[in-house]
Amino acid sequence: MFFPISGAHISPIYLVIVGFVIGILGGFFGVGGSFIAGPALRVVGLDWNFAVGTDLAHIVGKSVVAVRQHRAFGNVDLKLGLIMALGTIAGAEAGAQLIQMLKRAGNVNLVVSIVSIVVYCSISGFMIWETRKTLMSQKGRSRRGAVQGQMSKKDHSAFGPVTQAIQRLRILPMVALPTSGIKAISLWTILLVAFVGGFFSGFLGGGAGYIRMPSMVYILGIPTHLAVGTDLFEIIISASYGTFTHAVKGNVDILIALVMHTGAAIGAQIGAICTQYFAGPKIRLAFVPLPLIGAAIVIYTLLTGHKL
Amino acid sequence: MKKEATRTLRAFAIELAIYALLVVAYFFLVLHFLGQSLYQLELRHRYAYASVAILLMMGQAVLLQNVTTLLLRFIRRRAG
Repeated sequence: MFFPISGAHISPIYLVIVGFVIGILGGFFGVGGSFIAGPALRVVGLDWNFAVGTDLAHIVGKSVVAVRQHRAFGNVDLKLGLIMALGTIAGAEAGAQLIQMLKRAGNVNLVVSIVSIVVYCSISGFMIWETRKTLMSQKGRSRRGAVQGQMSKKDHSAFGPVTQAIQRLRILPMVALPTSGIKAISLWTILLVAFVGGFFSGFLGGGAGYIRMPSMVYILGIPTHLAVGTDLFEIIISASYGTFTHAVKGNVDILIALVMHTGAAIGAQIGAICTQYFAGPKIRLAFVPLPLIGAAIVIYTLLTGHKL
Repeated sequence: MKKEATRTLRAFAIELAIYALLVVAYFFLVLHFLGQSLYQLELRHRYAYASVAILLMMGQAVLLQNVTTLLLRFIRRRAG
């Protein structure tokens, strides 16, 4: 199939399959899936600028589907999502500015590659440690008969004491997030978490859900199911902003994004439904390979010089 | 339990098959005709193209989700 906007010839079946896989990952983990979509579009010959812009457009559609599904399950905190969108957009701009500075200094590729490998591996390492500890302590509790019965959206986390200490910080103004079960948390903490997520989104590319979703769980203390749904809601806003700016610069082939999305629409629903069958720590444990895949892709490009 | 799982899987397979047919029809009818107009819009009015791109994406998302939900409901009802 010929796509006149980017001038590319790509099989629509391939695009639908890629969209489907990314849709499942997005619906289940609350990530945009750029670390797969970008290379998948590059492999079929799409220019890098089109791959980035088109992927963002496709993320918008996929997130709309997943958010509607998550909302039906009560997994979206709209208030938190709207506050975070502000921090994310500011962070994305700051990240993009740093990229421009590094570009001028002439060492952008090496710096971004090393930072991304460190960040991806740290996230995975930390999540392995935390989920293992949480699952082991849960096993101990259920053996003693303390926790039994239905799976709950209220997560237990080995990082809980640190999260509680962060929630106790009294930096005004404080906001309540009743949907997430948080009585009061500093607005600045939420904005800072969103800013950091946005910063990495602008600096490393993609939606940076691999940073924001864990941050929401461990720093803000949002239950995992709500973090996934709210992250996706927030991604709709930030990815729409990214799509608009990229489209104005001529980097979006919306026809490719629409075709990809036909697969993602069904994948995202399956992914969102799957979250109902897994407890929070298990979703977090299953999340671990995603940043590692991102790190592997970066290491490959560093070692071979080929940009996937 | 096993019977229930088999029924769900069968309903899902039917849904996928019908969905695939609808998507193919959608490619040829809608995207084929939209292609040239979007290309012209992208060449001449970038800001309008950017807005239309986001609206199209969101519109398609809502439409496809409703289609898949309706399909699944219809198939489940027929499967009993």
